Amino acid sequence: MGKWSRRAFIGAGVVAGGALVVGVAVRPGNPTDELKPILASGEGEELLNAWVKVGTDNAITAIIPHVEMGQGAFTALAQMLADEMDADWANVRILEAPAIDQYVSDSIGREFIAPNLEVPEILEPTVAGGFLELVQAMGLQITGGSFSVRGTGQRAMRTAGAAAREMLVAAAASEWDVAESEITTANSMVNHAKSGKSEPYAKFAAAAAEQSLPAKPKLKSPDKYTLMGKPIARTDIPAKVDGSADFGIDAKVPGMKYAAVKAAPVVGATVEAMDATAAKTMPGVLQILNMGDFVAVVADGYWQAQQALNTIDATYSGTEGDKLDNAALFKRYDEYLNEAGTDGGDTETEEGDVSDAFARAATKVEAEYKVPFLAHATMEPMNCTAWVRDGKCDVWAGHQSPLGARKAAAEAAGLDFEDVSYHNAYLGGGFGRRSENDNIEMAVRLAKATKYPIKMIWSREEDTMQDHYRPSATSRFEGGLDKDGNAVSWSNIHTHLFDPQEAPTVPYYNIANHKIRKVDVPTHLRFGPWRSVDHSQHGFFIESFVDEMAVAAGKDGYAFRRELLAGSKRHLAILDKAAEMSGWDKPMPEGHGRGIAFVPSFGSIIAQVAEVDMTGAKPKVKKVYVAADAGFVVNPDGFTAQMESAIVYGLTATLYGEISLKDGAVQQSNFHDYPMLRINEMPEVEVEIINGDHKRLGGGGEPGLPPIAPAVTNAIFAATGKRVRELPLSKTSFA
Amino acid sequence: MIKLNVNGQTKEVDVDPATPILWVVRENLEMTGTKFGCGIAQCGACTVHLDGKPVRSCSTPISQADGKAITTVEGLAAEDGTLSKVQQAWIDAQVPQCGYCQSGQIMSATALLKNNPQPTDEQINSAMAGNVCRCGMYGRIRSAIKIAAGMEQPATETGSESTKVEA
Ligand code: FES
Ligand code: FES
Repeated sequence: MGKWSRRAFIGAGVVAGGALVVGVAVRPGNPTDELKPILASGEGEELLNAWVKVGTDNAITAIIPHVEMGQGAFTALAQMLADEMDADWANVRILEAPAIDQYVSDSIGREFIAPNLEVPEILEPTVAGGFLELVQAMGLQITGGSFSVRGTGQRAMRTAGAAAREMLVAAAASEWDVAESEITTANSMVNHAKSGKSEPYAKFAAAAAEQSLPAKPKLKSPDKYTLMGKPIARTDIPAKVDGSADFGIDAKVPGMKYAAVKAAPVVGATVEAMDATAAKTMPGVLQILNMGDFVAVVADGYWQAQQALNTIDATYSGTEGDKLDNAALFKRYDEYLNEAGTDGGDTETEEGDVSDAFARAATKVEAEYKVPFLAHATMEPMNCTAWVRDGKCDVWAGHQSPLGARKAAAEAAGLDFEDVSYHNAYLGGGFGRRSENDNIEMAVRLAKATKYPIKMIWSREEDTMQDHYRPSATSRFEGGLDKDGNAVSWSNIHTHLFDPQEAPTVPYYNIANHKIRKVDVPTHLRFGPWRSVDHSQHGFFIESFVDEMAVAAGKDGYAFRRELLAGSKRHLAILDKAAEMSGWDKPMPEGHGRGIAFVPSFGSIIAQVAEVDMTGAKPKVKKVYVAADAGFVVNPDGFTAQMESAIVYGLTATLYGEISLKDGAVQQSNFHDYPMLRINEMPEVEVEIINGDHKRLGGGGEPGLPPIAPAVTNAIFAATGKRVRELPLSKTSFA
Repeated sequence: MIKLNVNGQTKEVDVDPATPILWVVRENLEMTGTKFGCGIAQCGACTVHLDGKPVRSCSTPISQADGKAITTVEGLAAEDGTLSKVQQAWIDAQVPQCGYCQSGQIMSATALLKNNPQPTDEQINSAMAGNVCRCGMYGRIRSAIKIAAGMEQPATETGSESTKVEA
C-alpha cells in the first residue's frame, strides 16, 4: 500500500497550486470557490473545506464524495470527520457531494489505477498531483472497491475534520489573544478554561476561513476517538422505514412520461424491423421508437408502456455471438486453456520453479473448477429519468459514479458537461451494477428523441437479461506436496482477469514455488464489476484447492492453512478466531459438516466457517462464523451488517446463481429462474472483529463475500466426502 | 373514474381497471414508497394491504381494490408522525441497507403481527419468504419482528449482539 500520508493529501492541494485539488480548502483564488454557491446556502455561512461546512446555527455538514447504497458510507464517513473535528454528533448533517469535478474521489481512483503503488514520501505530492489529473480526466467519482471508509474516510474526511478544527482553534486563539495550546474543543464548541470563554464553532467560521490551511493537521490516536469505533445508528435509515426515501425510480418531474424498453436479446445486435401494429392503438401510448439497439414505448404510465411493448414483434440483426450457448462457451474456455498448456498464457505472478517442484512432489493434486456468469439483480431495477430541452439536460438516477453519469449524459445529449445537471438519489442496491452508464445514456437518448421528460424503467426481465455480468470462468490447478504433506508448488491457470489484479494470487500462503497464469477468452457478453469483483471467483477456486491439498496431505483444513500462514500474525489471528468461534474441534452430528475458508481482499482479512446440514434434499447452511480484521472498524454495527449482506449475496450465488446462454442470449429473466436466497434459508451469522492496524483500514462492503462459497463447499465435503467443483450447487445432486 | 380509499383518504383516479394497484399508487397518486421489484409477484417489494391483508400490488388490478381499504407504507405512522411499532423496530434493529425492499418487508411484517402477535420462527419464515431482500438483511428482519412483538429487546447500543470487537 502506498504511503498516502495526510501530509501528502493536503500536499496535493498545495503542490498543485489549487487547480487540481479535491476541494481541500477554500481560500481566495482557489477554484473550490466554485463550490461556495452550491453549499454555503445560508447568510454568513462559510465553507471551511470541501468536506465540511459549519453553519450559522453551529450545525456541521459533512460533505460526502460518495453515494449511499446501503453500505452505510454516509454515516461512517461523517463519524470520521466529526470525530476529528470534535463536532457535536447530534448536530451533524450529511450532504452528498454534487457531481462536479472538485469532488472527485481521488483515493478510489488511485486504488483502481495503481493499487499497489509504493511511492517515496518525498515524491508523494507530485504523484498525487499527477494522479488527480488522471482521475479527473477519467471522470471518477466512484463508490466501489470497498473504498469509502478506508480511502476517502481515512485519507480525506479525517484530515478535513482535523484541519477544520485546527483552523477554528487558530481563529479563536487570535480573537481571544491566547495561545492555541490553551484552547480545547468538544461538542462543536471552542473553550478556553483559564478565561472561562466558550463559544460555538460557528462564531469563528468566517475567521477560520481566513486561516492558512494547516500543513499537517494532527489526527487523533485511537484512544482519543469519541465517535470512531462506535456502532452509531445510520442516518439514512429513518427515511427508509416510512417510504419517504427517494430512489432513482421515484424521481418526479412535472409532465413526465414513462418509457418501457427492450434491447436486442443478443448484445451487439440491432433492431432490424418491428411490427408495432397492436401497440399503436393501445391506451396511453404516445410514441413507439426503434432506437437501433433497443425498442421503446413511451406512454402516460409505465404499465401502459410495458403492456404495449410486450405486443411488439421485433427482429434483430445476426451477430457473432448468436450461436453461442453455455456448453460451447465452456468448451471454448477449455480450448484456450488446453492451448496454453503448461507454459502458455499470460503469467501474472511467478516465484521459484513450479515445474521442477511439481515434478519432484511426493503427492500431486490436480483440479478444475467452474463458475457461471452472474447478474447483479439489484432490488431496484435499472432506470433513469431525463429531460433534454433548451440546450440543457437534467438527469435523475441513483448511480455509483455521479460524475461519470453526468459525463455520459452530456455525451448522449450532445451537450457540454456544464449544460447537464445530474441529480443523484438513493440507490436501490449497487453491487457494481450502478457504476455502468447504459441506463443513463438510454434515458437521455429517449428524452432527446421524444422531447418529453422521460422516466425509463427496465422490467425485471430486462434488468436480468441486459446486465454487465460477473464473468464465468474455468480455473485449473496443480499442486505439489512433499512427503510430509507440505505444500511445495502451486500452479494455476484461469480464464479472464478483470479486477483487482491480485485476486488470483496467494502471496499470504507460504508456498515456495508458485506460478499463476491467465488466458483471455473472447465472449460477447458485457462484463462488469460484481460485488468483490474477481475475488468472487478466485476465492472459491483458491480456497477449494487449498482444501483439496489439505485432504491429499492427510491434514485438517484449518491446520493446513495454519502451516501455510506461519509467521503472518494478523492472518493467523483471524484464522484462529474463526476456528475458535466455531468450536472447530467439536464433532458435528451425522450428515453435518464444517468448512473453513480464508480470503484477504480489499485490505481486509476475513475467515469464515460455515456449518452445513446435508441430511435433507439440498444443502442447508445453518450458521456462518466470521472473523474479520479490517484494520480499524469505524462503525462495528455497519460493518457487521456488511458481513451479513455479503454472505447472503455470496450464498445466493453459491446455491442458485447462474446466468446461462442459449443462441447468444441470456436465458434467465426474473426471480423465478434467477432465484434469490430468502428468509427461510438465512443462516445465523456471528461476526467478530479484530482491529489489527488502525492506520491501514480495510474495506467492508465486499470482503465478506469471497470466503462463503468455499466455506460451504468445504463443509459439504466434510459432511459427505463429495467435492463440489462447479457452482452453483443447484447443478449438483446430493441424493 | 375509480373511487379508492387509500390510507384512510378517498381518492378518485381515471385509469384502466386492469392497471395494477402498484402503478396507480406510484404514478397517479404519486406515493412512491411502494416499490416495483419484479412485476410477477416474486419479490414482495410492492406489498400493500387490502383491508389489512398483504397483497402484491404489482399483480393485483386496481379493480380489486374497489370497496376495500388500501394501506401503503406511507399510511403506517400515526397522524402526528409517530412511527408504528414495526417501523420503530426496523430502526432499532438497523434493518435497512439500500432500503428498497423495506416498504414491502414492513407491510408483510405488519400484517403478520396483526394476525399473530407472537409468531414463531417458522411462522415468520412463511409470512416473510415472499419478500426478497437483495441486501440480505433477513437476520435483522427477524430480530425486528421479534422486537416489535415484544419478544426481544432492542440492543441498548445500536448493533447486533452477535458482534464482538477486540482491540
Ligand atoms: S414487484 Fe410485486 S412482487 Fe415483485
Ligand atoms: S435493504 Fe436492499 S434489498 Fe433489502
